[in-house]
Amino acid sequence: MSGYFILIILVLASVLIFQISKASEYVSVLKGEEKSFKQSNRINAFLFILFMVLGLAGAWWCNELLYDRTLLAQPAASDHGEKIDFMLWMTIIVTGIVFLLTQVLLFWFAFKYQYSEKRTSYFFPHNNKLELLWTVVPAIFLTVLVGFGLFYWFKITGDAPKDAQIVEITGKQFNWMMRYPGKDNVLGRKNYRLTDASSGNALGVDWEDGASHDDVEASEMHLVVGKPVQLVINAQDVIHDVGLVHFRLKMDAVPGIPTTLWFTPKYTTEQMKKITGNKDFVYEISCDQICGSGHYSMRGVIVVETQEEYDAWMSSKKPQYITVKEGAAPAAPAADSTAAAVTATMSKPLAQLK
Amino acid sequence: MSSETISHGHAAEASVHSHDSHEAHGHDHHHEESFLSKYVFSTDHKMIGKQFLITGIIWAIIGGLFSVLFRLQLGYPEASFPILEDLFGKWAAGGRISNEFYYALVTMHGTILVFFVLTAGLSGTFANILIPLQIGARDMASGFMNMLSYWFFFLASVVMFASLFIQTGPASGGWTIYPPLSALGQASEGSKLGMDFWLISMALFIVSSLLGGLNYISTILNLRTKGMSMTRMPLTMWAIFFTAVLGVLSFPVLLSGAVLLLFDRNLGTSFYLSEIVVKGEILPNEGGSAILFQHLFWFLGHPEVYIILLPALGMVSEILSVNSRKPIFGYLAMVGSLFAICILAFLVWAHHMFVTGLNPFLGAFFVLLTLLIAVPSAIKVFNWLTTLWKGNIRFTPGMLFSIGFISLFISGGLTGIFLGNSTLDIHLHDTYFVVAHFHIVMGVASFFGMFAGVYHWFPKMYGRFLNNTMAYIHFWVTLVGAYLIFWPMHYSGLAGMPRRYTDWSNWQSFNQFQDMNRFISTVAMIVFAVQILFVFNFFYSIFKGRKVTSTNPWGANTLEWTTPINPGHGNWPGDIPEVHRWAYDYSKDGREFIPQTEPIGAYESKH
Repeated sequence: MSGYFILIILVLASVLIFQISKASEYVSVLKGEEKSFKQSNRINAFLFILFMVLGLAGAWWCNELLYDRTLLAQPAASDHGEKIDFMLWMTIIVTGIVFLLTQVLLFWFAFKYQYSEKRTSYFFPHNNKLELLWTVVPAIFLTVLVGFGLFYWFKITGDAPKDAQIVEITGKQFNWMMRYPGKDNVLGRKNYRLTDASSGNALGVDWEDGASHDDVEASEMHLVVGKPVQLVINAQDVIHDVGLVHFRLKMDAVPGIPTTLWFTPKYTTEQMKKITGNKDFVYEISCDQICGSGHYSMRGVIVVETQEEYDAWMSSKKPQYITVKEGAAPAAPAADSTAAAVTATMSKPLAQLK
Repeated sequence: MSSETISHGHAAEASVHSHDSHEAHGHDHHHEESFLSKYVFSTDHKMIGKQFLITGIIWAIIGGLFSVLFRLQLGYPEASFPILEDLFGKWAAGGRISNEFYYALVTMHGTILVFFVLTAGLSGTFANILIPLQIGARDMASGFMNMLSYWFFFLASVVMFASLFIQTGPASGGWTIYPPLSALGQASEGSKLGMDFWLISMALFIVSSLLGGLNYISTILNLRTKGMSMTRMPLTMWAIFFTAVLGVLSFPVLLSGAVLLLFDRNLGTSFYLSEIVVKGEILPNEGGSAILFQHLFWFLGHPEVYIILLPALGMVSEILSVNSRKPIFGYLAMVGSLFAICILAFLVWAHHMFVTGLNPFLGAFFVLLTLLIAVPSAIKVFNWLTTLWKGNIRFTPGMLFSIGFISLFISGGLTGIFLGNSTLDIHLHDTYFVVAHFHIVMGVASFFGMFAGVYHWFPKMYGRFLNNTMAYIHFWVTLVGAYLIFWPMHYSGLAGMPRRYTDWSNWQSFNQFQDMNRFISTVAMIVFAVQILFVFNFFYSIFKGRKVTSTNPWGANTLEWTTPINPGHGNWPGDIPEVHRWAYDYSKDGREFIPQTEPIGAYESKH
């Protein structure tokens, strides 16, 4: 009902605006086009200056309000993330200066050079020195930004250290599945035609490959703080994207084309709870590439912990090969209760996995 | 150059004569044109332009309304709106927008606004109306092809509109329709019949765009009036020329991508599909590449954003100069920067793909070429600022929107420097930062260019003015609203908040922006209501607006203002005017403006 009420108010408001607009047109005809033109010109010129002042104040206010909710307010949780944050600040400063300069000039000129009978425009069709100035100066700034950007880009996308831990992450509608290579640090071969979730092989691992026999599967990612990790990223059905917002990283998961991503976590989950002042803090994996109707719910969890905690967790896990050969219930790493508590709110992906 | 110009002039005249005689035979003065030939299957470029514009306006209302609907979901995720269930049935069961419906709305909003409004509605309208009028031609090189161009667009519109009503809904994989999501009906409701409709509609749209584009190019190259050398053309003509070149060279690539996708969907091929298990079903396809589609798509997709933007750049330059009563500063630099943007537009497509697993070495070149675009963009901005400097500015509605355009172009352009840098893109890719960036620089800015054009050339189109008071309300609410909507989105983007989520309440990392989302949704509704006010003003003024009393109401130099107030088919009743100078002699030698048709005086100063 209230919807219709709002609609009626809107219609009435429109009629009112229309009547005023029509009336003002008649008034301007009566008053003389010249005079009403000058009046509205002054008003619009003033509004431009007002817009600039209020706009800048509003931008300041918006920053006060929202800054603490962004990641800028907390340190990056990975070494790559720190480089990205530095690059981000550099770009914010450079573009911020240009933004202020150009916007202020734009609105100031609009106000200052508003129509006046006394002035005639200055005929100024071109000036090569000026053109050269604003070709070269932006080019120099951009060269610096490109230089830093590419330097970090190659660092971040370069080869992972040899001792990096390997974790495989596979996306499907709408959850993530992890696989650890076990003691040999080699992931067993896969063949997508072998995929059969009902018999405990949701990832399509080829059990013929001996390297697969110690591979551990999980629904949650556990990482060791300070130890480089290389993610091997797959997708089963459509394109997904492994979004690691606190590590400032992201990589697509493409069916048929495995991708990789490496980084070193800097803080454990517990440390991040203190840093962010949020006792419910948890590293989340978000899907950042539209993947269907459940895209928004495709959430994964990463636990960053000390080596001891990690070893304790890992030793509680049984390799999937053994689980399957024992004919036990498929997949479902019922494992740790802490993880279950954390992910309880997101019943959908977990339920599907189970 | 000069001999070439003269020969062009002769060619134009020759074709004009043949056209004239055709006119004389075709339309006896005693007979009125039939309704069908005048308003429906018209070959008059002005009528075709109006057809594009009005179709574009209708699409803009639909596409804009879709954004209001999904902003309802984002702003008020807990609320239920029974009226939605009345209107949309199962798609909004219980008054709440379903996930499938949400993604369908997002996808259609993008598709409609990018292609049907800001491509067809913007360059279709102004290329058609302005090219013959500003270069001094009776009509397009091929009026018939031009008519076909509109009607293919109309067909594309019908197919896309029909897809909104099929049982499984329209396409819902995002306007970029990445396979395998768009290729597999099992993966999404929207990837069933709706996706085939989308692809067929797009194929028809591309035919329309090519017919139009080839016509624009050949008209500008061949039908310029005597004296209208390329370097005397108004910047609108250069912008539209480059737009057409971009479209002709890049749209066919999208067509090939779309056709291959149709094959994958319906004929069992594996261009984009490999090793797929969907909902437990193991598919036989192997050896395709999902990334191949992204290359084909963005090879059009990136030039496409310049197809949207360039006409706005051109019109803003023109309107800014006319209403500052000053020549545009650095005409040749403006043409050069348009040219540079046009070339670079083809060389940057993979910056949409930095996180697809693209070879980092290859990525480096795309970073360099992408950030290079900032240089011609900077040249344009500083040239516009210098055009305003020491001018004598009249704030007509067109001028207001032009100044608003520059502000938005700066704001959105600068965030492009973030996203084009691959290091930052790893963090910001597919977050709300991207949404804010492209809405400001491509969406709203191009809309401002379009509004500027409509307000400025409305008197030429309909012989009447739009209502000024409504125009001022329209401008100020839209400018303020655009910043209120998109400025805060940069912050949620810097929090890493992903795009295309219907609901963030289950996330620890992204649930802190609920109040902001509600605010944005409220502003979006107000801004939408004000656009409806504009549409009302538009249609009302066609019939009841204040009449134009002089042929040149803005005191502009370009040729369209030498035609009668309501030009007939053929534009000039007598001979086509001859051009003696460039379009920007404003405030020269103490004269406020000197039309292009006026010969250079003996004592005129040089520049």
